[in-house]
Amino acid sequence: MILVIGEQRSGKLNRATWEAIAGAQQLAGLGANQPIIVLVAGANVDAVASELAAAAVQEVVVIADAALEPYTPDGYTAALQQAVAQLSPSTIVLPHTYQTRDFAPKLAARLDRAIVTDVTAVKRVGNDVAFVRPMFQGKLTADVAPEGPGPHFVTFQIGAFRADQAARGTAAAPVRKLAIPVDAGAIRQKPEAPFQEARQAVDLSQAERIVSVGRGIKEQSNIPLAQALADALGAELAASRPICDAGWLPMERQVGSSGQTVAPKLYLALGISGAIQHLVGMKGSSTIVAINKDPDAPIFEVADYGIVGDLFEIVPALTAALKT
Amino acid sequence: MKIAVCIKQVPTRDWQPRLNEAKTWIREQDANFEMNEPDAYALEEALRLREKQGGEVVVCSAGPARVAQVLREALARGADRAIHVEDEGLGNADAFVIAGALAAAMKDEQFDLVLTGLQSDDQGFAQTGVILAERLNRSHATIIMDVQVNGSELRVKRELEGGWFQWVVMPLPAVLTIQSGINQLRYATLKGIMAAKKKEIRKAAVPGGATAAAKSRILALYPPEKAKKTHLISGSPAEAAKELVRRLRDDARVIG
Repeated sequence: MILVIGEQRSGKLNRATWEAIAGAQQLAGLGANQPIIVLVAGANVDAVASELAAAAVQEVVVIADAALEPYTPDGYTAALQQAVAQLSPSTIVLPHTYQTRDFAPKLAARLDRAIVTDVTAVKRVGNDVAFVRPMFQGKLTADVAPEGPGPHFVTFQIGAFRADQAARGTAAAPVRKLAIPVDAGAIRQKPEAPFQEARQAVDLSQAERIVSVGRGIKEQSNIPLAQALADALGAELAASRPICDAGWLPMERQVGSSGQTVAPKLYLALGISGAIQHLVGMKGSSTIVAINKDPDAPIFEVADYGIVGDLFEIVPALTAALKT
Repeated sequence: MKIAVCIKQVPTRDWQPRLNEAKTWIREQDANFEMNEPDAYALEEALRLREKQGGEVVVCSAGPARVAQVLREALARGADRAIHVEDEGLGNADAFVIAGALAAAMKDEQFDLVLTGLQSDDQGFAQTGVILAERLNRSHATIIMDVQVNGSELRVKRELEGGWFQWVVMPLPAVLTIQSGINQLRYATLKGIMAAKKKEIRKAAVPGGATAAAKSRILALYPPEKAKKTHLISGSPAEAAKELVRRLRDDARVIG
């Protein structure tokens, strides 16, 4: 049995759960079509459970306990350890969200079982199931096999499977509550309410065109070069994380897993190598242009058009060409 | 306050990958190595905490002989001493092996706080710090953008997705994984480099063989398959720019 651990916050489902279900269905298809069970935990998860019951899965199981809301790694690890003991899955599938990253390695370590993170695809290699994942900042891809007894944990990269590809069942799957006690007193973390740093003045998700800069811009004093190109294109200026970390552009202009997710008609990446954390935030763009001095930069894997060369020569030429 | 910082040595950013003959790992002899960037931010945060709280910063790494270079660099930036869990089999080890090796070397030290980067730029598991917390039976939090110490309590700012954050309070001792950009890095001064030569690097062995605890195996390593067919545009900057504009206007129709 494949157990999918879903994610919700305050009764709202994280859509990445559907991606994980799609991935689990594909994984099940590689083998003997193992049944899939979806689990969701929290205080008020009835609505989320019935939403998930639409999936073509054997059942949806629920751990309902006030001690699991808000999320804490101690609470989740303790509850899920018991759920795994009750359900005995062979594989445990999760979306590779920040929350999963916070508790899944702890749960795997507690159970002393393998965990393969940030997986983009599943495939058969001989008799083994291999999990495909990026390594070395996306410069290489690895087929990885988990070792030792199950259950093996697998986390699927956001966007690796499409939520709308998750097969829906002909009838709603049954929903069952698991009897799992959670000791609230044993939870060491006391989370406060989530917040946003500042009102996001720039909504990049609505931009039709985006010019985005990465480490290749080298210095803050070179930013106006990119701004001039953005102005000529009628585009918003954005950046990869290191540029915002350095304070060269405000955090609200960051594209990627920790910033905004964008899907403009045109995304022009200047000196961005294309680490996976950046790609997940922009690979849904209709047309992607990459300008980079490194022909092997991972950004070219998602680019429709590419120029290999010095952005300090190409960008002014591009700005000039747009004005003619 | 006694703080440990776990650092990893990874290939440099401009390194062009080459594979070993079995195509299961990189040709390490072709690579130049540097400190994993998120770990550098963790080190900087530890140095800042020591400046405020007093105490000691101990930098720890589990890896082959080559990692002594980044330990030395961390000492030059200001760490007080180092622990090197040395084994040639650790170069491509998984997170269980690395966390197990670090936990064994750290268990008699009674650190108040353990910091490490949120993930490494080589294998990028984003697991080691969390597994280490479990092995040390410590509370933990991940992807941290601010650290406040109030007596025996820790208040940390956890990054959530999409520009959201959350403060989390927990007791010390604890393990934190640090996000890049939490602070501004300092670099080693000449004085620091000289001082580092006199600082201790304690060597530790991996208990029970380096790879005994491995829970994953790389079957194959290869260049990524392209998701799209990229039209590469060549020529001089002016020619390439003109051609790109033409394609964006006429083919992709994404500009006016």
